[in-house]
Amino acid sequence: MFHKNITDNTEPDYAENYKIKLGVIMFFIYSLIYAGFIAINVLAPLLMAKKIIFGLNLAVVYGFGLIIFAVISALIYNHFCSKKEETFKQKK
Amino acid sequence: MAVFIFVIFVVFVISLSFYLGNKAKSASGYFAAGGQIHWIVNGIAFAGDYLSAASFLGICGMIATLGYDGFLYSIGYLAGWIVALFVVAEPLKKLGKFTFADALDAKFNSSGIQLAAAISTLVVSIFYLIPQMVGAGTLVTPLLHLDHHWGVILVGVIVITIVATAGMASTTYVQFIKGAMLIIFSTILVISVLYKGINLVPPAIDQAGNITEFYKYKILDAQETNNIIIPVDNSYTFISQKKIIDTKTKKIQSEFVKLSKNYPLILKDNHFQFNYMGINVSLPEDATEKLKNLSLEQSEQIININNTKYIHKTINGEKVLVLYEGRSEIIDGLRCVMQDGKLFAKIENWWKKENIDGKIKLIEAQTVSVRPNEAVMINGAPASFINQLRTVGTLEAISGNTSPDYKIDKTNPIIFLAILSDDKTIFNQWKSTKFNDGNAQITAYYPKQIKGSAVMRPGQFFKIESSWKEKIDFISLMLALFLGTASLPHILIRYYTVPNPSAARKSTIVAIAAIGFFYILTLYMGLGAAINNVLNPADSNMSAPLLAKSIGMTIFAIISALAFATVLGTVSGLIIAASGAVAHDLLDRFSNLKMSEKQKVNVGKLAAFTVGFIAIILGIIFKSVNVSFLVGLAFAVAASANLPSIVMLLFWKKTTAAGIIASIIVGVTLSVGLILFSPVMYALYGLPIENAPIQLKSPAIISVPLSFLALIIVSLLTQKKIEK
Repeated sequence: MFHKNITDNTEPDYAENYKIKLGVIMFFIYSLIYAGFIAINVLAPLLMAKKIIFGLNLAVVYGFGLIIFAVISALIYNHFCSKKEETFKQKK
Repeated sequence: MAVFIFVIFVVFVISLSFYLGNKAKSASGYFAAGGQIHWIVNGIAFAGDYLSAASFLGICGMIATLGYDGFLYSIGYLAGWIVALFVVAEPLKKLGKFTFADALDAKFNSSGIQLAAAISTLVVSIFYLIPQMVGAGTLVTPLLHLDHHWGVILVGVIVITIVATAGMASTTYVQFIKGAMLIIFSTILVISVLYKGINLVPPAIDQAGNITEFYKYKILDAQETNNIIIPVDNSYTFISQKKIIDTKTKKIQSEFVKLSKNYPLILKDNHFQFNYMGINVSLPEDATEKLKNLSLEQSEQIININNTKYIHKTINGEKVLVLYEGRSEIIDGLRCVMQDGKLFAKIENWWKKENIDGKIKLIEAQTVSVRPNEAVMINGAPASFINQLRTVGTLEAISGNTSPDYKIDKTNPIIFLAILSDDKTIFNQWKSTKFNDGNAQITAYYPKQIKGSAVMRPGQFFKIESSWKEKIDFISLMLALFLGTASLPHILIRYYTVPNPSAARKSTIVAIAAIGFFYILTLYMGLGAAINNVLNPADSNMSAPLLAKSIGMTIFAIISALAFATVLGTVSGLIIAASGAVAHDLLDRFSNLKMSEKQKVNVGKLAAFTVGFIAIILGIIFKSVNVSFLVGLAFAVAASANLPSIVMLLFWKKTTAAGIIASIIVGVTLSVGLILFSPVMYALYGLPIENAPIQLKSPAIISVPLSFLALIIVSLLTQKKIEK
């Protein structure tokens, strides 16, 4: 009982491979942008003080951008995963 | 009012625990809430779990005191969720049951993995518990006027009660409510800050929560002759000078000058008091009689002998002549003197000496002086409920404007940041230095003017412009934050509270949206605290609640109660994870003890008690360290110990059980080892930080790659055995 699987994992997930592949691709895209942020800070820290838009500097724009991009890419990922899951359900 | 709201909130949380406790009779109910939590609730609960004391108190505190560097934590913490969502969420949900060890072990059924994963869960949980407990102590001090250690004990006891009564179901709902309320009230706080606008003379708040008028710290012109500093303002008298020498370079790091000044003592409501540094400092009641003795009584005559004034006093029954001027009485370490027939408090305080354009300037500092077996002195006067360190954090100039009347009302989120990023906006940031004055240990806090353009970009905590060591520190922290989230045991176990992998994914997305929004708010809360004169210079962790205090006592009470609940929620989650590691991984699976359902839950509760007790002790020891920094360390340990094995298990087919064990052992040992020999720990041990053999602030840059390497090498070495 203690070690019984308490969750519903019995249904085969046909979209699994697709989701893993998409996840890895999106992970690498985000990692690259995140690495860009680190790289600018390390290699050209003064660039971060440069005003970009509406009087906001690169540090603020890039920082907010990383947060907003994380939310957007999460929504995109969910959209494609859910779509694929639905397609397989309908095929079944 | 504040205490009332606070108590109501805590009682509500505990009642909810007892109610939900009835639903947690089985092991699955206790450790994974029966796997039946809706993904939206779980997503917000993720936020509640994740937005810990570190996020709320530590990040806001670090932004308030060190500017943009604090926001780096927000960026890194959120980026970590991308790893959790894209790489870990669904596969882990598929593999696991209750704990992260289950997931790792699903393929191999190796007792070594169970043991290593359980130990790593325990170590990471304890590391993560430390900042939460420190945060708890920090919060309770101003709210309930309890000492820091009582705050830590109070949280420990409440959390153990919550965990021991209901387990995961209870903590999930507590975290859901707390997560949602934290985001709502932080939004209200940020709107209030923007509505309040930006000005150069914001009122301060004293320890009693009273708004006090703005106090402008003085800068004195001075001249130096034969090592004696003479202020141009002759109401100040030079006493001594202290040069702080850098032990490594042997150069003068900073200089402080002790000056004295007399402040008139006024008798009001049978208490002598004096106005000093923006507040009325009141002397204790028993001082009144002593000081009245110093005053000239009506019947007494001044006797003038050779131009020196004397009066008659009766001492030990004998009438003797004593000096009229300069007679003094020491009250709790403060010298009160008689001069020109009036009583004065003679304040001796430290000033920071600066050379500006070849001229000596003395900058008024705040000090805490601790002398063995004597009263603690704050700014040269005895510490009391009112005489505490003054709140600080203001702007010296707004886009070049320095007139006290200049202000910007009702700003918007973009203009607010644009003004603060301006090159001509000047922040007064408060720094600190410790030194000895005789047998007194002095901590001096002094203002330093920094341009907005420097505050609003990285570089104050991580001096990324100065050396490669600092650059590596910065990369190491960003790596730890990125990889740490997906390896935190209390986050990982939350994947088992939802019914299926797709719900795990959706709840992660809800979490990312909620947490991302909150992290954007942290920048506004931190900067709001930095410019609104609400910072306690000795404790950056209280910035957000004190900012709320400057808006109003109700929002302060709610924000404090929420922050307290934040600690409760996160600590309960961590203790559940740790107790799961002991009861499920170590005793049930590794030791294969035959226990009934009830026994397993009881063992889990016993483990919760033990871990809670350890957390209380550590919370007291680490009192003075910024909580966000401590969480950064916990992330580094988690990223080193857990992430390599999770990722490689999911994506590298040649991974073996021995490889996973090696990776966990190398990750835990290296990261903890590097932390124990780091400068931060040396400071805690009371040793010179430059003697620390490892000069890294965050160990991830070494420990994560080596943990991956250990897994790859050991897996490759153990491949042959499998093939054979």
